[in-house]
Amino acid sequence: MIRNPKDLARYDAHERANHWLVGICFILLALSGLAFFHPAFYPLTQLFGGGVWARILHPYIGVIMAVSFIVMFFRFRALNVMTPADKEWLSRVGEMMNGDDHNMPEQGKYNGGQKAMFWAMALCMLLLFVSGLFLWRAYFNLPVDLVRLGAVVHAAIAAIMIAMIFVHVYAALWVRGTVRAMVYGTVTRAWAKQHHRAWYRQVTGKS
Amino acid sequence: MTNHWVDLKNSDLVIVMGGNAAEAHPCGFKWVIEAKKDRKARLIVVDPRFTRSAAVADFYAPIRAGTDIAFLGGVINYLLAKDKIHHEYVKNYTNAAFLIDEGFKFDDGLFSGYNAEKRSYGKDTWKYQMGKDGFAMVDPTLQDPNCVFQLMKKHYSRYTPELVSKTTGTPQDAFLKICEMMAETSAPDKTMTICYALGWTEHSVGSQNIRTMALIQLLLGNMGMAGGGINALRGHANVQGITDMCLYSEVLPGYLSAPTDADVDRKTYLEKRTPKALRPNQMNFPQNFPKWFTSLQKAWYGNAATDKNDYGYDWLPKKDAAYDVLAIFERMHQGKMNGFFCQGFNPLASVANKKKVGDALAKLKFLVVIDPLATDTSEFWKPHGEFNEVDPSKVQTEVFRLPANLFAEETASFTNSGRVIQWHWKAADGPGESKGDIEILAALFLKLKAMYAKDGGKLPEPIMNLTWPYRIPAKPSPAELLMEISGKALGDVFDPKDKTKVIVKAGDQVAGFAQLRDDGSTSCGNWIYSGCWSQAGNLTARRDNSDPSGLGQTLNWGFSWPANRRIIYNRASCDLAGKPWDPKRTVIKWTGTAWGGNDVPDMRPDAAPDENVMPFIMTPEGVARLFAPAMADGPFPEHYEPFETPLDKNPFHPGNPKAASNPAARVFKGDMETFGKAKDFPYVATTYRLVEHFHFWTKHSRINAVLQPDQFVEISEQLAQEKGIATGDKVKVRSNRGFIKAVAVVTKRIKTLDVDGKKVHTVGIPIHWGFKGVTKPGFITNTLTPFVGDANCQTPEYKAFLVNIEKV
Amino acid sequence: MALQSLDIARRSATTTAAPGVRQTTAVAKLIDVSTCIGCKACQAACMEWNDIRDEVGVNHGVYDNPMDLTAKSWTVMRYAEVEEKGKLEWLIRKDGCMHCADPGCLKACPAPGAIIQYANGIVDFHQENCIGCGYCITGCPFNIPRISQEDNKAYKCSLCSDRVAVGQAPACAKVCPTGAIQFGSKEQMKDYAAKRVVDLKSRGYGKAGLYDPAGVGGTHVMYVLHHADRPELYKGLPADPSISPLVSLWKGFAKPLASVAMAAVALGSLFHYVMKGPNEVSKELEDELEKEDAK
Repeated sequence: MIRNPKDLARYDAHERANHWLVGICFILLALSGLAFFHPAFYPLTQLFGGGVWARILHPYIGVIMAVSFIVMFFRFRALNVMTPADKEWLSRVGEMMNGDDHNMPEQGKYNGGQKAMFWAMALCMLLLFVSGLFLWRAYFNLPVDLVRLGAVVHAAIAAIMIAMIFVHVYAALWVRGTVRAMVYGTVTRAWAKQHHRAWYRQVTGKS
Repeated sequence: MTNHWVDLKNSDLVIVMGGNAAEAHPCGFKWVIEAKKDRKARLIVVDPRFTRSAAVADFYAPIRAGTDIAFLGGVINYLLAKDKIHHEYVKNYTNAAFLIDEGFKFDDGLFSGYNAEKRSYGKDTWKYQMGKDGFAMVDPTLQDPNCVFQLMKKHYSRYTPELVSKTTGTPQDAFLKICEMMAETSAPDKTMTICYALGWTEHSVGSQNIRTMALIQLLLGNMGMAGGGINALRGHANVQGITDMCLYSEVLPGYLSAPTDADVDRKTYLEKRTPKALRPNQMNFPQNFPKWFTSLQKAWYGNAATDKNDYGYDWLPKKDAAYDVLAIFERMHQGKMNGFFCQGFNPLASVANKKKVGDALAKLKFLVVIDPLATDTSEFWKPHGEFNEVDPSKVQTEVFRLPANLFAEETASFTNSGRVIQWHWKAADGPGESKGDIEILAALFLKLKAMYAKDGGKLPEPIMNLTWPYRIPAKPSPAELLMEISGKALGDVFDPKDKTKVIVKAGDQVAGFAQLRDDGSTSCGNWIYSGCWSQAGNLTARRDNSDPSGLGQTLNWGFSWPANRRIIYNRASCDLAGKPWDPKRTVIKWTGTAWGGNDVPDMRPDAAPDENVMPFIMTPEGVARLFAPAMADGPFPEHYEPFETPLDKNPFHPGNPKAASNPAARVFKGDMETFGKAKDFPYVATTYRLVEHFHFWTKHSRINAVLQPDQFVEISEQLAQEKGIATGDKVKVRSNRGFIKAVAVVTKRIKTLDVDGKKVHTVGIPIHWGFKGVTKPGFITNTLTPFVGDANCQTPEYKAFLVNIEKV
Repeated sequence: MALQSLDIARRSATTTAAPGVRQTTAVAKLIDVSTCIGCKACQAACMEWNDIRDEVGVNHGVYDNPMDLTAKSWTVMRYAEVEEKGKLEWLIRKDGCMHCADPGCLKACPAPGAIIQYANGIVDFHQENCIGCGYCITGCPFNIPRISQEDNKAYKCSLCSDRVAVGQAPACAKVCPTGAIQFGSKEQMKDYAAKRVVDLKSRGYGKAGLYDPAGVGGTHVMYVLHHADRPELYKGLPADPSISPLVSLWKGFAKPLASVAMAAVALGSLFHYVMKGPNEVSKELEDELEKEDAK
């Protein structure tokens, strides 16, 4: 249902569903994982029906997230290849943050920050998944030193990822008109022209 | 035990040999640990395997199974050669000075009087030289070549360290180290104790194994001392009790030798068993035999036993042949038995040569098993795969199982290894239809009696006249029985010194065996237990553990036979003047007017030292016997090879095949052929218990099964390598009588021994498995063992035989 | 189970202090390996008192059985044959929870109240609070806790906290036939051990000593060893155990650091928004596009 036919389609339904599947999993994992990480967050286990359920569910949700992320990874991998323009964008990210995007180089569908986030996420996901398996005692019984390493890696990566997801979410909120891209798939032409001009030109054929 | 469990803590040197106390007697072993902790005692273990006892020992030496006499004879030689003996003790308290018949000889392994046909000795020359005064002649200087001391010295001079090491496989330095440690206890204030068990008894030379150690203890002056003695660790909670009550054919309760066909009447019987003193002034306590025996007859036949009918002597069975366990199964195997009552006994598992036992049981008409458990024996007829291969269609035996209570389901008494009789209280009721053994036997007896009363029969008197005075005839109480065993006055009993003075009123319990009479005025079911339930009540139920001496002499805890004496021969703990050899461990002493101290004196209480009454009151000599004519296989122990030996000859008598194995041990017809030869079965096997299990019972118990679930055998790393066996592999162990399969435990704890120039490997075989129970099913170990026993008491040779082993 | 009669010193996944005004005596179990005969009475007593029955296993070519600790075997004897310079020793060690003063299990446990350290030193698992994550195993320097395959709870020796609470010795100490397992105040046990060490030295064990490893703050289960210089001879008793640095990092330093970092990012974003405002599409662009549309 596109209200304004002039809006640009940024994500199709599959892509959006895929993203949100990963997103929901991540939120659930973060909530349950934090509960195991620090006593202050332990009450979050109540969201899952208590500590035992949180412990049972967390790894299965993790597997779902890993699988859906892999699909997403292959969907978007080609679009996230870094270019010299991206690097320049990244070098000027401070200006951008400061609210001044006049000197930012022209960006395709994704800017350098988004691409960097994509690759960082992919790496973290891999580490999180592997280290998570080390900790999954229902199915794996590995040497304790490996489990200990796994625990540290899992916790550290999870914390980094949560922070990155904060940035990811904030960026979506901060850049107004972005969230709708992942909610119902379209952005305004103005949004596209402002933030991803190269992509705008590509999809509209205009200058 | 001549001493008792707690007394082990008083020792300076503990020898564990012919047993594995930590494994088979872990609770009693506590006192060995106490001796180590609090007395700085040293612990020596000599065993074919480095056992759990060895794990906490100060010194361990390996030995080839079945060569203990060679080892200990070597110790005797060492002590005599180095003059490390307790001279005063040996001279006065043993028969070292006694002169032996000049005809006595020992020649190439055989003592004088051997009859090869009968495989037994005539003992005409095994005796003292008697003086004109009617007493045995002695030479207090110990110099006469025919005195026991000199004969003994000569006999053991052959036991050189070289020959000992060559025979036993014990390295010579280890052997000498042990000799040295033992020799230190020849000091009057040092004691050594010995803890042995079935590792000594279960040999064709079993009795002599123990006697050899007794000789050592006498030479060192350790008998009667706190922390000394000869201590048999008994294997069941109440096996001491069963021995004391003498549920065997050879003896009546209290070790009274049973009448045989030759004892035609009571007079003949008593005369043969009532000795005269062999030295002046001696107590010669067995002279009281008629009192003990008559009181026993009264306990059995009550009012029916009178002086008119020899107190029912004719109603007693007279032994016509051997009835030991091997003889019973031999007879059964020959088809000469109709029925067999098997009460608390699992012979299919625990008697040698399982196949022979199974075949024998199959020839019975009926078998009654009275047991708390569904034993392997009760299913001897039932196929259990390869664990019990049998064709039920070929078995004619009808089997009855009568469920009995377990010990913890009964209130009664136990007698422990230390001779302490302890009353115990029921912990729980027996399950289902189980009944106490007493109740089961009472029911059988009453039924038999009723049948005799109704139908009559041949010789009904033994049944009809048996006294049965119990309040509930169908259910005699253990208390009534213990009172009967302890004894009571049937008429007034008078003081022998003052015939007018009544010391026990008619109907009262006697205070001890000194009050028993041979005139029918007392009854006593077992003279050595006499006094355990006196007028003061049930003394076995006493639980006062106060120990004023600090020696563990808790005289008000239970009741120790005889006479509540805790250390027997305790008079020998003092010198001739009655002063303790070690005042710090005073058991008793002469106070000037009487014997007293921390134990019941093993001596007439008013026997002043200058009366020269010697400590060993149960011998007519008054002294201990270094030379013991009563033994069937020689007055001095001699090394003989086990019936299955890895050697082709006895290294002590290489030229005399007759002296290869015990020449006086009985071998049944056909059994010689079942013995294996070293060329087919090159490895020495020995069987034993594990601490996790108790015999063939606990395989029925989950906890024990968890702790040691599965049958295994133990072999050395060297043998494993030779046979390509890795630890955890399944192996097959064969003897000439059958095979078992088990998991191999390859261990450093068994060493290959160097014996007479050849490598001898040992295969260790725990006994506990069978086809019934909750452990993993296993083979009955006694499938492998030979059907031959000790020359004196016929205990089977479970501890040394030959096998072969291969990986399956 | 929570025991009213035992004061709690520490509680897993709890950041505030436990009530601590009462003074309690620290207890200890002392296992004198030099007087242990490996009879497994302790194993049997543990099964009986705690009503646990492990499976009937098989023989693996050794005396050890069960082969390892399980959720149903809270203590096992471990047998080591050590032969050095021609002298054979059979070193037998009762293995089980050491009740560390600084327990790695408790440190790692994420479930509040699943692991309790009592003021007397006993470290106890309260299975009703256990979530079955196995972090206690990860945290333990002695490899002791085991997760049950049946209920997914962690189990280990409780030092018979229920018995100790009513003034009884642990079941294993009660039954030990040779007195190799002693129980009392930690001070008493150290004194007793000192005497045993003197005795062992007199028997030629020059390196005999007490095993009360400082790396975990000392333990409430201690050993007298003939070879205290080489604990690893006793089937791998760790020579110098401590909570793994990884576990310390994970459940120590990392916990507040990561929490603060995450909070900082979240707050940073918020303040960025508040201070810099939203990044909206510029009005010029929108107008431009409207113009294009109008054409």
